[in-house]
Amino acid sequence: MSSRCNLRFLIPGLALLLGGVPSVLAVWPQPQQIRNSAERYSLSARAFLFKHADVSAVRSGCDVLDQAFTRYFTLIFPESGGGAHNRYFWTEADPFTVEVNVAEGPCDGYPAEGSIENYKLTVSPGQAVLTSVTVWGALRGLESLSQLVEQDDYGAYYINKTEIEDFPRFQFRGLLLDTSRHYLPLQAILKTLDAMAYSKLNVFHWHIVDDPSFPYQSRKYPDLSKKGAYHPFTHIYTQTDVRRVIEHARLRGIRVLAEFDSPGHTQSWGNGQPSLLTPCYRGDVPSGTYGPVNPILDSTYVFMANLLKEVTSVFPDSYIHLGGDEVDFSCWKSNPDIKAFMKKMGFGSDFTKLESFYMQNIVNISTMLNRSSVVWQDVFDYHEINRPRYVVEVWKWGCYLCEVRRVTKAGLKVILASPWYLDLPGPTHDWARYYNVRPLAFKGTEEQKKLVIGGEVCMWGEYVDATNLSPRLWPRACAAAERLWSDEVQTSSVDQAFPRLTDFRCRLLRRGIQAEPLYVGHCKNEYQGI
Amino acid sequence: MAAMGALLKFGALLLAAVAACVAWEDGDVWDYDGHKLKDSDFLALWPLPQKVQSSAVSFQLSASRFQFTHAEGSSAGSDCSILQNAFRRYFDYIFGFTKKDRDQRRRNAAGSEVLELQVAITSPDAECDGFPSLTSDESYELSVDQPSAVLKAPKVWGALRGLETFSQLVYEDAYGARNINKTGVSDFPRFAHRGVLLDSSRHYLPLKVILANLEAMAMNKYNVFHWHISDDQSFPYVSRMFPDLSQKGSYHPYTHVYTPADVKMVIEFARMRGIRVIAEFDTPGHTQSWGFGQKDLLTPCYTGSSPSGTYGPVNPILNTTYDFMAGFFKEISTVFPDAYVHLGGDEVDFSCWKSNPDIQKFMDQQGFGKDYSKLESFYIQRLLDIVSSTDKGYMVWQEVFDNGVKLKSDALIHVWIWYQGGGYKAELARVTAAGYTALVSAPWYLNIMSYGQDWQTYYKEDIQDFNGTDAQKKLVIGGEACLWGEYVDASNLTPRLWPRASAVAERLWSDQGVRDISDAYVRLVQHRCRMVERGIPAEPLFTGYCRHEYSGV
Repeated sequence: MSSRCNLRFLIPGLALLLGGVPSVLAVWPQPQQIRNSAERYSLSARAFLFKHADVSAVRSGCDVLDQAFTRYFTLIFPESGGGAHNRYFWTEADPFTVEVNVAEGPCDGYPAEGSIENYKLTVSPGQAVLTSVTVWGALRGLESLSQLVEQDDYGAYYINKTEIEDFPRFQFRGLLLDTSRHYLPLQAILKTLDAMAYSKLNVFHWHIVDDPSFPYQSRKYPDLSKKGAYHPFTHIYTQTDVRRVIEHARLRGIRVLAEFDSPGHTQSWGNGQPSLLTPCYRGDVPSGTYGPVNPILDSTYVFMANLLKEVTSVFPDSYIHLGGDEVDFSCWKSNPDIKAFMKKMGFGSDFTKLESFYMQNIVNISTMLNRSSVVWQDVFDYHEINRPRYVVEVWKWGCYLCEVRRVTKAGLKVILASPWYLDLPGPTHDWARYYNVRPLAFKGTEEQKKLVIGGEVCMWGEYVDATNLSPRLWPRACAAAERLWSDEVQTSSVDQAFPRLTDFRCRLLRRGIQAEPLYVGHCKNEYQGI
Repeated sequence: MAAMGALLKFGALLLAAVAACVAWEDGDVWDYDGHKLKDSDFLALWPLPQKVQSSAVSFQLSASRFQFTHAEGSSAGSDCSILQNAFRRYFDYIFGFTKKDRDQRRRNAAGSEVLELQVAITSPDAECDGFPSLTSDESYELSVDQPSAVLKAPKVWGALRGLETFSQLVYEDAYGARNINKTGVSDFPRFAHRGVLLDSSRHYLPLKVILANLEAMAMNKYNVFHWHISDDQSFPYVSRMFPDLSQKGSYHPYTHVYTPADVKMVIEFARMRGIRVIAEFDTPGHTQSWGFGQKDLLTPCYTGSSPSGTYGPVNPILNTTYDFMAGFFKEISTVFPDAYVHLGGDEVDFSCWKSNPDIQKFMDQQGFGKDYSKLESFYIQRLLDIVSSTDKGYMVWQEVFDNGVKLKSDALIHVWIWYQGGGYKAELARVTAAGYTALVSAPWYLNIMSYGQDWQTYYKEDIQDFNGTDAQKKLVIGGEACLWGEYVDASNLTPRLWPRASAVAERLWSDQGVRDISDAYVRLVQHRCRMVERGIPAEPLFTGYCRHEYSGV
């Protein structure tokens, strides 16, 4: 009664599944170059050591690496908790050393645009050597190393002789969470960052505010969250919370890209900031409802400049996301003052010009604050003249590569999100849809293709909160992660990816990430919550 | 009675006030007398009782003073473990994490407090030690007043439903104090069989997940857990007579199985909540995993004239097959106390039978010609005889009826096919015209997902809205929400099931006339927050928030 309609999704790997999942020697996402050999070395939690190479520019005391060593030790030996007190060892284990050699400091900085994530990893008898340019590359290498470690039938840990040379295909590999449609408790965000690191995603796009609620607690404008959040104390992000997210992300080589979307999507801002939003009119009288940000008042720009100044002091990343999508013009159209302004500016009745006027001012503010602006594609689509420099995030469906082509032709950078809207639930087997994306399959010059800096998985929050976020994200986001990191030719087969991803999903479960199944089967360690 | 306001028949009028959880909705709601309801008038009953009388008069409940008591003359007392356990459970739900009120002096004006809920079981046999059944009486009457509220029910099963309703009537005022309004409820289910199917074969479901969902079922007044325990992919049920079935047929013989103790625990946990456990052992198809531990049970498939090494459905031509089934179902009939067992019988693939020369010979002998559905009927017929001899009734998927198998008059036909045969309503007409009792799942396959609020389509279904006489419609005794396991395991089961299954729950419990989607939305939003507060990760219906968000991340 259940499965007939699903049988067509049966995948060649089924025979394997029925017999239990064999461990696949694999790293997710697939490294650019990897050579495994059947030769394997036992690992013992009691004789396993991370150390800095003598020539490394980074030594102990580097918190990014120190913490990563602690983290990856536990990930590599999940059952070793408390093992230090176990004295019933009769054999002396062979020591294994992971030597980490980072060419350049520092390690107290933030991952940034252009951070080099390349690394080389060589596993040989008794040791692994990990070489990278930056600590961020070392983090990626440690993740790969941890995925190479397997347990045999007796539960003993081992690693195969391996050589990896790896680097990301795209430098921007993002994941968007929406904390406005539903508030996400801090724990849910931190856990998502953990899982992002496991998939080598490196940008957390925090769509922190929107129409329904304003959970960001501003120092300068505390009323925004006090009156605009779902609840002024329980459903907000304090400055401490935000710092914690940024630090948690930094330690995993993840940038935090904050989005303060305007002039649309701002209903919740109006509660705490009177006269920020445009009063809508019915005939000659205000209707009592409000529209987008009011673009004709100086006070608006003073407010936005102050707010963005604060935001740039809180969020260290060189990018800031300014939104600019889906502006509904009907309220602007109804307002007599706006109409007068349109006339004065010679905009006629073209409200996209008014939107462009607003966005240009906001982008200028961000430029003065020394930030690169990211905007949704709507802003690019409105006008061809006087386009300031910004990064365009392409999100609309249809021929999204056509849009990518247009944007790059205009010489602007692109982040691609259209094919990766994971909030559309669909059955799990649609992971292949996210995998079969070819971001550069458009006609264009080499220069144009270089302008595609990466892509992003979006998890919009209308139907998502802490109860269902994780299983809806993982492992589907992993499919996009491989597309953004790995070589496209090497990873073009869904059939080959299936057993690797099945295996990786079990690894995520083992690490406490609530990742849903791809198809029938089981994991050695099932999810232990409800 | 005048003070209690007008009688709200079938709750068609708005019962709920402004939903705390829907910030974007400016939902001023008016009561039945045309008065605007205050925030404190929250009434988010789910599923909606048959009759509710409510008033604005409110009483307080104190965690340190409130008690559940057995009413004088009740046929159940402190030795009734079902009620004793329910009292503890509902006390926790009602008072949550509130600390004990140390300041005993803080009191409202005299007489504004409900000090106890007296529970009276009115029939001579409360059925405290029994198991719920298809004919269990789940009706109850609840009257909330000070200083005592009274819950009357003929049997404990109704009392359990009434306790759930009572707990849903309690709300927090602005100071966090527990309040309840003066209320009268008279309630009974529209359908006797209200089930949830979980599939523990496609993916193994840890015990904890099953128990948590039984808990959520009770919150939604479900009364049947249909345990689709085995299938092609794995056989996690540990049989005492045939231990090899799980030893060789489960995903893992120790970590991915249900031991007899596990099964017992599920049954008892369910009994405590008035939930029947109906086990399904689906044959002759969907049995690949059985073959590992029971030699010769499955049909060897052939390529040309030699066995191909693969196996098909249960082999219906061997006596050993029926000996095995007799032994196996004898065990099942003692392990699962319910009067019904689900025998499956769906989706039998004939290609393997067709390939096998012995089967072909048997077909000739029996005069079945090339009609393999006759062979299937032959198998099912013998299986039904075996199960009947264990004094169990049976449920089967609709194909068994479609194929013309002779069935006992009390057989339950489980209708699930929505995509052919004129839709499930045409099938219902056929099944009931033949005089059989029917159960519906076709519109409620919750494993199928779509974007947005698909709960509304589940909610709008009316399973008695088909071409047939009144007598035929009475033969539809209920339905089940199914969550098949191909893409579902512990990691995503609970949020995928709830609150979508809640929509089905109201359809199966409440009066046929309860159909107002916007009223249902307001109540369901609050009901889902209540489930979240009680530890069930029920997913959101739409944008909004709960006062206490899910914290189990």
